[in-house]
Amino acid sequence: MDAATTTRADVALTGAKIIAAVKQSGVEFILSVPDIVTSKGLLFPIAADKELKLVRVCKEDECVGIASGLSYSDKRALILIQYTGFLDSLNAIRAVAVEYKQPIVMMVGLLGHEPERLPAESGRYGVRIIEPICDAMGIPHHLVSQDSDVAKIAPAIDKAYTDSSPVAILIGRRPS
Amino acid sequence: MMNRDECFEVLKKHITDEVVVASYSGAVEWNDLNPRALNYFSIGAMGLGSSHGLGLALGRPDRRVVVLDGDGSLLMNLGSLVSIAAAAPKNLVHFVCHNECYEANGGHPLPNPDVDFAGLARSAGYAQVHEFSELKSFEQQVGHVLAQEGPVFATLRVKKNRPLIYKYDDLYKASRRVALKAALQGTS
Repeated sequence: MDAATTTRADVALTGAKIIAAVKQSGVEFILSVPDIVTSKGLLFPIAADKELKLVRVCKEDECVGIASGLSYSDKRALILIQYTGFLDSLNAIRAVAVEYKQPIVMMVGLLGHEPERLPAESGRYGVRIIEPICDAMGIPHHLVSQDSDVAKIAPAIDKAYTDSSPVAILIGRRPS
Repeated sequence: MMNRDECFEVLKKHITDEVVVASYSGAVEWNDLNPRALNYFSIGAMGLGSSHGLGLALGRPDRRVVVLDGDGSLLMNLGSLVSIAAAAPKNLVHFVCHNECYEANGGHPLPNPDVDFAGLARSAGYAQVHEFSELKSFEQQVGHVLAQEGPVFATLRVKKNRPLIYKYDDLYKASRRVALKAALQGTS
């Protein structure tokens, strides 16, 4: 799994670059419950982007079912949620993504994470446990905290759909 | 009140190339009655049937998707009514079999057995909403229900069922998912 890539607090993470990477991977649908980490830099621009179809849902586990359903028609989806919603959806992820080996791509905002730290060293308990939970479930995860990390996104999505498997892309700072 | 298997017998006569998403007791009964590649049972977590149905419907707007939900299941994912209404897939028909209990988990009653699912769906914004408690009425109208521009919702008021044999390993086996995908891609 990825190590943290920066210890500087002033490093940029550009939302437009993340969205470009998502599009590059062939994602057509964004499934989301709003997350304050990604609200301004990702969700608002995505909502205005005519090339992406945004499906707003009420609870994060709905996204797992919707993404699975879309995959039968080879439609790629990105689930854009907060880590709290990821935790709330673990049973759906366990069954659909892990046991049924469906391509479930999750972009997870780490609310409260200190970008200069590794998530596992966060002062926030909920952030600290995300990577260990992914490891325990066998879900690959990639930390995206600065622009140079954005290059991880498209290959990770491609691999998820090629292998029919889940992946978690962890957003470690608020994208601009 | 109707028997669910009688409702499904009626429904079966109208099903051709639709994807049918069914969960738990409804899945057991539908699969016994009408095994086919275009059935989808891999819900994964209780309540997610409607969400899988939404994804299937959005992915293939040219093909009708029929969800056979359970009442306990839908109560676990009531927000999906709002999400589905907002996404507004014209090709989604969402039935809930309302037998007032958690049939697959011992038959315990719902917290409110009289919950008004049709009213909830209407408030959520479904384009068409129906409720059936008499088989004759369902027989007369099911073709119309399936042909309407969706999202369509229909409550089926049914009795508690005869005991079922739950073979989940068979319902959820990977080969069913492979067969569904092949069928949707026209390779089977």
